[in-house]
Amino acid sequence: MVVFEKPHALCDVPLHYCPGCTHGIVHRLVAEAIDELGIEGSAIGVAPVGCAVMAYDYFNCDMVEAAHGRAPAVATGIKRAKPENIVFTYQGDGDLASIGMAETVHAATRNENITIIFINNAIYGMTGGQMAPTSLPGQVTQTSPYGRDVKTAGFPIKVSELLASLDGPSYIQRVAVNNVKNVKQAKKAIKKAFENQIEGKGFSLIEVVSSCPTNWGMTPQQALDWVEEKMIPYYPLGVYKDKTSEEGE
Amino acid sequence: MQVKTCRKGIEMPKVTFNEDLCKGCGLCVNACPKQIIELKKDVINKKGHSPAGMTDQSKCIGCAFCATMCPDCVITVEK
Repeated sequence: MVVFEKPHALCDVPLHYCPGCTHGIVHRLVAEAIDELGIEGSAIGVAPVGCAVMAYDYFNCDMVEAAHGRAPAVATGIKRAKPENIVFTYQGDGDLASIGMAETVHAATRNENITIIFINNAIYGMTGGQMAPTSLPGQVTQTSPYGRDVKTAGFPIKVSELLASLDGPSYIQRVAVNNVKNVKQAKKAIKKAFENQIEGKGFSLIEVVSSCPTNWGMTPQQALDWVEEKMIPYYPLGVYKDKTSEEGE
Repeated sequence: MQVKTCRKGIEMPKVTFNEDLCKGCGLCVNACPKQIIELKKDVINKKGHSPAGMTDQSKCIGCAFCATMCPDCVITVEK
């Protein structure tokens, strides 16, 4: 009996991500959710700009590449044109929380029936480790060599809390992938986000607190420890909004 | 000396590593509760990394923690 194998919804190609990058784990969780719900034939993914730009090569379902930050807008169009398909976006923090903030907030407030997987690794990975909207106060990056100064650069954007303050979105949860327990929780959350869409419950966003060992200048395990010590206290895990259970009662 | 053998009728977990995909990040090494995974320092795979491998298959409990933490789907666990 096979206990664990590569999910079918993930193509049999090597991922281009750096060693220890948790993008690979989240890709696998999304693919497992697609497999378990049997939606590989009807799922349409929207890839972002950022490290995950080549996600269209990795998922076995149909994929679309959106302009930087515009994935929720593209997903809205696809979902409205083809409501029977399951539409998800996979976005990083530079894509979703910076250039794409407007699209994200408006898709959320319209309660579009789409699923968003948001990777928060507190840095711009693909371009070489610049300060992102989600970089922690005092975090050293390429563009904040003395640490993020909140007087000039402002405070990190807590996307889950921000979107949860809107009346629109149905389901907002923040998870992490720094240890086995959190990975299993993340899998449940991602599956629920897809189920919400299948049941027509509206906008679901799962924020995944991830690591970037290369640009943080750490080993993969040190990076996961840093997630535990620094990121999770600043970005507490949990369900921030759940209109789906209210409606069910 | 008592020799450890598998009880009859219970299949041992089998863990296989697709070594060519491994990037040697070592997350599986730290995830293993039995500490029986290590990076093979004397082997270099196609990607130029030292791949992870198992030191003692007989101690494996088939929890699949290693595969859960692997970012590259290198590991397949059978029981």
